[in-house]
Formats: sequence, structure tokens, C-alpha cells
Amino acid sequence: MNSTSFRTYIALQTILRKEIARFTRIWSQTLLPPAITMTLYFIIFGKLIGSQIRDIHGVTYMQYIVPGLAMMSIMTNAYANTSSSFFGAKFSKSIEEMLVSSMPSYVILVGYMFGGALRGLLVGLIVILISLFFTHLHIQYWSIVLVMAVMSALVFSLGGLINGIFAKKFDDVSFIPTFVLTPLTYLGGVFYSLKQLPEPWQTLSILNPVLNMVDTFRFGMLGISDVSIYFSLAMVAILFLILLIWCLNLLKKGVGLRT
Amino acid sequence: MHALSVKNLRKVYPHNLVALKDINLEVREGDFFGMLGPNGAGKSTTIGILCSLVNKTSGKVSVFGYDLDTDLEAAKSCIGVVPQEFNFNPFEKVIQIVVNQAGYYGIPRNVAMQRAEIYLKKLGLWEKRNQMAIRLSGGMKRRLMIARALINEPKLLILDEPTAGVDIELRYDLWKYLTELNEQGTTIILTTHYLEEAEHLCKNIAIIDRGEIIENSNVKSLIARLNIQTIILDLTEPVLKIPYLPNYRFRMLDDSTMEIEIARDQSLNALFTELSFQGINVNSMRNKTNRLEELFVRLIAENKKN
Repeated sequence: MNSTSFRTYIALQTILRKEIARFTRIWSQTLLPPAITMTLYFIIFGKLIGSQIRDIHGVTYMQYIVPGLAMMSIMTNAYANTSSSFFGAKFSKSIEEMLVSSMPSYVILVGYMFGGALRGLLVGLIVILISLFFTHLHIQYWSIVLVMAVMSALVFSLGGLINGIFAKKFDDVSFIPTFVLTPLTYLGGVFYSLKQLPEPWQTLSILNPVLNMVDTFRFGMLGISDVSIYFSLAMVAILFLILLIWCLNLLKKGVGLRT
Repeated sequence: MHALSVKNLRKVYPHNLVALKDINLEVREGDFFGMLGPNGAGKSTTIGILCSLVNKTSGKVSVFGYDLDTDLEAAKSCIGVVPQEFNFNPFEKVIQIVVNQAGYYGIPRNVAMQRAEIYLKKLGLWEKRNQMAIRLSGGMKRRLMIARALINEPKLLILDEPTAGVDIELRYDLWKYLTELNEQGTTIILTTHYLEEAEHLCKNIAIIDRGEIIENSNVKSLIARLNIQTIILDLTEPVLKIPYLPNYRFRMLDDSTMEIEIARDQSLNALFTELSFQGINVNSMRNKTNRLEELFVRLIAENKKN
């Protein structure tokens, strides 16, 4: 490893360590709430209401919602981590510590992106472990589960970073999750099968990236799906690349960071 | 080699607010350089551009030969910066703030820990290393920012009003430490409102006003240009009648205090002789303001007139 690569590696490690320390230090705000919320979902929608609902694609309703709720947790937590952490750094001006240093913009991007994705994946794992108290799971395709979980976490982490870059006040950090992400998530097939929707909503829903992420993740876990996994993987990969390039461009130009 | 070279640097903020009007500046390696100017003159904008916190509109900046446009990372690796406002996460521990900063420069953690110990001890913060930054006093927070700026052992240290709001004892300690760093070879650029500080520390200074450099010279020759000094005389006894001093501009501040202007070609002996002749004895004398301050005020006033 040459000296430039070594310095880049140390800088990246520093941001990652800082991000992990941040979300584990405030675990009661970052890790505990999704665990409690998802336990309630499992009890109410899975056990109480789910017992009244017939099987979907040959699996119980409880089993059907587990991948969706795990993916929902991954996405929302990855997003929340980068948006709040990055905006917090902007608000306290501590982002200047990174901007004045010799590390390139892409290291800031990669550090925050992986930091957010790690929190999302950790929360997703916690949710899956909790689900085992309510149902049994037999993972069908580990590789698809891992690829979709990681890619979705990265996409939403980047989304959160872009939100953090543009945010000027704390309200701006909660606007997108409340008015854009939550509707997309609830309409993203977490609680129902795409086949239950009438047209044109069924066709339109295929354009919802959240639905593709949830459905492919569910395919990996349970072996059932409503959309083509190749289409979903391609869509998520393209979305990831678009957000990555956009984000890098924003950081290089210093949008929202430099006057 | 120049530690800093600025050519035709221009900054226009939105709404056509021109903060810098094509300024040119050179700071020699090893210099202790002062940037003075009234509020809003363009000092912090200049520093912001050097640290890449502000995007320049046009012009060229290079740090130790590294162009900010083409060798940004190399240029930034030479710089340590102490900003005017606190810019650390107040909920992080002192040691974390300093060690993380080293990490951003690619300095391995074990080296960063050793350096953190050296600089935190030097700045009297080692005992507070495990305290959250929010619990530090104002002076300690300033020292923390200095320790953080030194962690990459910069060749060019930029300090934007480092002693604002700092008590006198600490200010003198910081002056001593900055002089020590400069003697060890670190080039220092300092902006300050305390002109006594600039006169005490700087070898060369630039005075910026309304986005232009109106003076750029070494401190000694600048002070030598001061034609008139205003001094305050404390008299031994109150005077009942206003003294007759036709060759001097003066006014009585009270019965026993006189403010008088002395031109460079006038001797103090002559003044004291005249005062003695009128039965007035002087107990003590002092400059009304420090010499650089007097010159600064005059230059800014002249620039305003022009």
C-alpha cells in the first residue's frame, strides 16, 4: 500500500469508527426504538391480525411480513443515520474538521455511506433475530439476501447523505422521510402482495424502488416474489450509481458546505 | 519558497457582494504574518479560501508551491487552521476531537495518540482529555482548537483571532507558545483585532479594508512611518489654568491628565522643558494607544476618505 492509499485508508477508518461510535453510544435512540417498533408490528400485524389472514404465496402472513419489516428497518435506519449525522456535523460546524483536512471528498462520502449502511444492517439483523421469537425462517438464497440488504442500505445511506447536504435546518432532515419515504415504504409491498393491487397500481408500483428491494429481499429469504429479481437488482444498482455520482458531485462542489 | 502566494484573488458572494477585490499577497516561509482589518474587511474570507471552506470566484492560491486548484490535498496537508468560531462536536471528548483530526489527515492512531499527548500537555489540556468539549471553559476551547490544528504538524499555521475572549494571562501564554512554534520553523498567519498582539508577534503585516490590501509591509518600517504619536501625561498636581503650549495640539482630560500629540520632529525634552517652565511637573506618561493601532486607525480612515 503506497503512502497516499495508506492515508486514505486511515481517514476512511477514522470516519467509520466515529460513525459506529456515534450510533452505538446513543443506542437507546438508534438501535432500541426500531427493535421495539418491530416487536409491536410482529405482535399486532403478525400474531393478532395475521392469524386472521390466509397464507400468501404458500407462507403464513407472519413469515410474509418478516422480510419486509427487516428491509424497512434497514432502509429507514441507514437513511436516518447519514442524514442526522451529517446535518449534525454541519450544524455544529464540526464538518469543517473534515473539509480543511487533506482527505479527498470521496473519502467523506464512502465513510458516511458505510457508516449509515452498517447501522441499517445492524438494525435489520436485530429485527430478524426478534422475528425468530414469532416464527421460523429458512433462508432460501443467502447471496440474494445479502446483496439486496447491502445494496439497499447503501442506496438509502446515500439518500440520507444527500438530504443532510441540502438540509439547512432540522425540519429539512425529517421532511423527506415523513412525506416521501414512509409512503413509498408502506406502498412498497411490506404488508401485502403486489398481486392484491388492482391495475394500474400494480404496474405503477413496479417503478417504486422500495417495492423492488423488499420483494427481492423476500425472494432471497422465502423464495417467493412478485417482480423479476433481475429487474430489481438492475434498478437498485442504477439507483445506487446515480446517487453515488450525484453525491460525489455535491461534495466536490461543496454544495451546502462551502460559501 | 513562499509559504503562501495569492494572485488576483477575488470573491463575490451572492447578491453581488464583493468580499475580495483581486488581492495579491505573499508570505515567506518562516514568517509570522499578521492580517489586520476592520470587521467585514475580507480577512476571514481570505482564510476561508486558503482552508477551502470558501470557494473563490477567481485568482490563484498556492501553499508551499502546491496550487489549490490542482494539488488541493497536498496544499491542505501543509496547513493547520484555528478558526474564529468553535467548530468541533461539543459532545465529543477532547482526546477524540484531536485524534480524529489526525485520522482525517491519514495519521495512524498510535502516532496520533503520541502527538495528542504532546500538544494537549503543552496547551494545558491533558488533564481534561476525557472530558466532553462542551464542559470546557472558553479559553480551554480555544486551546483545544490550537492543539487540533497542530496535530498534523503543519508547515503553515493559520489563526483567525485565536485570542478573542481569552484572559490576559492565557493570551501571554499563547503568544509565548506561538513565538516558540515560529522559531521552530512554522510559518504563522494571524488575524487579530488586538493590534498590540500583532505588533508584539508579527514580522510582516497586511492591512485589509473593504476587500483590498491597503498596506503590506514589515511591522518595524510601518511603525517608523508613524508621524504623530498621542501620549497621555499624568501630572503631579492639578493645574488651575490651561497651559500655554503653542507648538503642540493638546487637551486636558481632567485637572491632572493631559493628552498631547507629538510629531516625529518634536522632542520630548522640549515639551518637558516648556511644562517645567510653567510649573507643571509630569508624574508618568504613556501612549494613548499602541503605535500600530494608531497607524491602523489612520490608514483605515484615509482609505475611507479615498
